[in-house]
Amino acid sequence: MLNTIDKRLLKEVADLHEIPQGAYNIRKNGEKHSRNTTANIDIQTKEDKPGINITIKPNTKNESVHIPVILSESMEDLVYNTFEIGEYSNVVIVAGCGIHNSTNEDSGHDGVHEFFIRRGAKVKYIEKHFGDGSGGGKRVLNPTTIIEIEEDGTAELELVQIEGVDSTRRDTIVRLHKNARLIVSERLLTYFDQTAESIITVELLGDGSTAQVISRSVAKDNSKQVFHLNMRGHCECRGHIQCDSIIMHNAQVSAIPEISALNEGAQLVHEAAIGRIASEQLTKLMCLGLTEQEAEETILQGFLK
Amino acid sequence: MLELKNVSVSGLNDDIEIVNDVNLTLEDKKIYVVTGPNGGGKTSLAKAIMGIYPISNGYISLDGEDITKLTITGRAQKGIGYAFQAPPRFKGLHVRDLLTIASGNNDEDKAYSLLADVGLCAQDYIDRELNASFSGGELKRVEIATILARELKVALFDEPEAGIDLWSFQRLTETFKTLNEVSNTTIVIISHQERILRLADEVILICGGKITDVTGPDKILGEIDYFTEPGRYCSNCFVRK
Repeated sequence: MLNTIDKRLLKEVADLHEIPQGAYNIRKNGEKHSRNTTANIDIQTKEDKPGINITIKPNTKNESVHIPVILSESMEDLVYNTFEIGEYSNVVIVAGCGIHNSTNEDSGHDGVHEFFIRRGAKVKYIEKHFGDGSGGGKRVLNPTTIIEIEEDGTAELELVQIEGVDSTRRDTIVRLHKNARLIVSERLLTYFDQTAESIITVELLGDGSTAQVISRSVAKDNSKQVFHLNMRGHCECRGHIQCDSIIMHNAQVSAIPEISALNEGAQLVHEAAIGRIASEQLTKLMCLGLTEQEAEETILQGFLK
Repeated sequence: MLELKNVSVSGLNDDIEIVNDVNLTLEDKKIYVVTGPNGGGKTSLAKAIMGIYPISNGYISLDGEDITKLTITGRAQKGIGYAFQAPPRFKGLHVRDLLTIASGNNDEDKAYSLLADVGLCAQDYIDRELNASFSGGELKRVEIATILARELKVALFDEPEAGIDLWSFQRLTETFKTLNEVSNTTIVIISHQERILRLADEVILICGGKITDVTGPDKILGEIDYFTEPGRYCSNCFVRK
């Protein structure tokens, strides 16, 4: 049974109000809560370590897999999930972790997700992180995502963390082969004394591969954020990193870009900007009748949308 | 009716008055075009009316109510609007979002017709993010649409023609005319364009922070040739010598 807290966590991380349609695996407090497989999507528990293997048959179209993790007790949870995305399939994978911690003990989930996106397959991967609960214990999330995109494959990643996670270190490593395509859209909000570190490494290995990484963040109060965005072009390829942060109060943000061209045909661009909300933007919205606070919220919400 | 009494705006160091002791009465349902040399104080005057620039002296009233101490938000809520000369871009906000904030509702049909009024194809623009992909002219037209979206007592437009192409400009002048016909809004347009000047009930000439003349469009336009002859006018203001 899912209780009210569980349902709230599921709603926040996976937009789920009830048990989802199609394939899913819900992990609650370190154990399998429920699972469903379909003719094309199989989910098996790993035998050597905690976690699951998700296997999507070739040519599976327009199906989705939900694999949310919810923690409503104080505990350290660690999982290894492996995704095998068959050739020419087109699927949406919704992951994410919600932590409700009302205790004074820390609660954490470290997930290692490994993807094999086979030839011509297309994956949209949505990962949302959320925390709540009134206890003094920290809510900690350290996800690692390793993605191999084979020839003509596409991965679109939406990585979102906008509420209640005290400490996070996110490692994302993507390797692209011939004509593979990657689009990463990262959204991050930190406040109070939260800390967040995001390390994204993109290896463009095959001719014609393209990657676009767009990271937007807002740092409030005394929070700290660090971004290491690293792109390496080994071939005829194109890559673009855009890292934009709004800084407020006593927060600190570091954006550390690195682009490396290891071949004459590599075209790589990096753009990074950190700054407070532009006063003209606030003034413009106030001229439309919003208060300064409403204007600020509108700008931040839009920025992180 | 908007009234300004002895309004002054100081420069950054308080040593010069960029708007100097201006008295002005702007009536409902009239179009005022404010013109004059660059740096004369036109934008500063408009920003002082909107509350963006604080005034160092004088008072401002709207329909008899003193609004001198109201904030930008307070004046906006009373029915004053200002279309920026160089409006800001917003990463993450879409055209639709700004129009919704401006009009206070998300009436799709109204948004479409507002965009048409400023010469933008709604289908192409309504869901576009107001980011760096917007040209200056496109941004400017969205800006004007956000003012048209509101039911205002006083609408201030700061050089609305700047950066706008010929075809859209023609459309824009029609839009001002229509606004004037269908509403009681006091329309104030800062402009140097003959076509805009011709819309004016009154043309207000500002230079050196002062109002130097209030006249009709014919007189101003009729005197352009006279003024452009060397030695005929003060180089800092259009006061006839």
